[in-house]
Amino acid sequence: MAGPDELGRPGVPFPLPMSCDNLVQIDNLQFDYGGKPVLQGINMRIPRGKVVAIMGGSGCGKTTLLRCIGGQLRPSAGQVRVDGAVVNEMSQAQIYALRRRMGMLFQFGALFTDLSVFDNVAFPLREHTDLPEDLVRDLVLMKLQAVGLRGARDLMPNSLSGGMARRVALARAVALDPALIMYDEPFTGLDPISLGVIGQLIRRLNDALGATSIMVTHDIQESLLIVDYIYFISGGRVVAEGTPEEIRHSTDPFVHQFVQAEADGPVPFHMPAPPFAQELMGGARG
Amino acid sequence: MADLLEPLCRLGSQVVERIWRLGYASRFFVAVLLNSGAALRRYPLTLREIWFSGVLSLIIILVSGLFVGLVLGMQGYEILQRYGSAEQLGTMVALSLLRELGPVVAALLFASRAGSAITAEIGLMKATEQLKAMDMMAVDPVARVVVPRFWGGVISMPLLAAMFSSMGIFGGWLIGVVVIGVDDGSFWSQMQSAVDFRYDVWNGILKSLVFGVAVSLIAVFEGYDSAPTAEGVSRAITRTVVTSALAILALDFVLTSFMFRGTS
Repeated sequence: MAGPDELGRPGVPFPLPMSCDNLVQIDNLQFDYGGKPVLQGINMRIPRGKVVAIMGGSGCGKTTLLRCIGGQLRPSAGQVRVDGAVVNEMSQAQIYALRRRMGMLFQFGALFTDLSVFDNVAFPLREHTDLPEDLVRDLVLMKLQAVGLRGARDLMPNSLSGGMARRVALARAVALDPALIMYDEPFTGLDPISLGVIGQLIRRLNDALGATSIMVTHDIQESLLIVDYIYFISGGRVVAEGTPEEIRHSTDPFVHQFVQAEADGPVPFHMPAPPFAQELMGGARG
Repeated sequence: MADLLEPLCRLGSQVVERIWRLGYASRFFVAVLLNSGAALRRYPLTLREIWFSGVLSLIIILVSGLFVGLVLGMQGYEILQRYGSAEQLGTMVALSLLRELGPVVAALLFASRAGSAITAEIGLMKATEQLKAMDMMAVDPVARVVVPRFWGGVISMPLLAAMFSSMGIFGGWLIGVVVIGVDDGSFWSQMQSAVDFRYDVWNGILKSLVFGVAVSLIAVFEGYDSAPTAEGVSRAITRTVVTSALAILALDFVLTSFMFRGTS
């Protein structure tokens, strides 16, 4: 781990060297929202075939980063390369061509509520291929079998539990056998059993499809079990990174606070405010 | 001075925001038209929307049309018989409905029944990230979600207005001929001789087509542009109904002043 950065934040690591073994490469990525910096110079390497977690507190810019990789947001500076191509310089048609090789699982599944489970999983196949309907049926049943929900194919999304909806959305995300699968908070709001199931599925599907996965999450315990590498983001910067083993034994104050779920530390408990005593005495109003 | 400037600034920023939004809506309309060709080739999607917007609005359109016709029959008879021309009742009912009430009232009902439903559906799809998910699957939400709903509304609107007018004429006949006892033959023959197909019927259809474009565009735009929260969707639905009603009445004035100049 490297020393403090120019703002005094501890442990900013030196970026890994570029290699064609990286499916995704992010260099000095900056993103402003309404004049407010959200991402301030992110450097990342996502090696092929690996499951990489991007972690950090709520509102630290994790999802923004994911949306920059998918081309839904254009960064104000820096580069996002996916398979060698610079995403932020692509036309809309090129981005759509790239997205056909990407799958994304949204926070609450984002299943189409007017389509059945079967039709949801069949959606990308029907939109992007001219496969005959009986082949689509076989492919959909294979994907649903992989997530254990072949029996739920005729149900509508509103009759599924949160965990089941997430699994169907996972089957839909991998329907076209993508090279890159992105997960936006895949564990939010799940019971421990569903959480474990989704975690195992993320790992198994990644290995079975030979894909590469990027997972944005703040669930540290589940992530340590299934991922190959972890990046920590705080204040729009990568503040720490490492393998699960390195993270477990890290002495970095931010990582320690995150892993141990401590209320106060480098991420302060209190929002900046005038001194409490001064405010109680009526010294600062407004 | 500052007290005077602040309301002025607020007014200015609101005007700028409205104009900006109008510009955004115009660009959205162009995007809808540009995507229409490819989307309409997948006609089952549009057929489905004609079912939801058109067929499912039939009950309210038919019942309202009947009642409007019944009232027109009663009011019309009451006025016409003062001048001894009660046999003109058919003409009065038919012209009122075909030129004005049919297109306008049907469009107002369509905006509240189907327009609000379209806004709610698209708004909720946005709030639950379904549009984003579609976009991430390299499927353009404008082509897949917006265009079929827009054309479903545009196609349904003149058909619904025609149903409304037909039902209204039937209601006028029911009250005038069957209940009050106006002569059946003169009711229909006067109507037949006074109503011109191009001038009255066609202009009415044209009006409802324009209203269909306006209401459908407002409904899909408000849904697509809504804030992705429960409150945002509810505000968007309100805006759809209010803006549609104002647009229908304003457009009706403009169209009427171009179409009917008192030459007939």
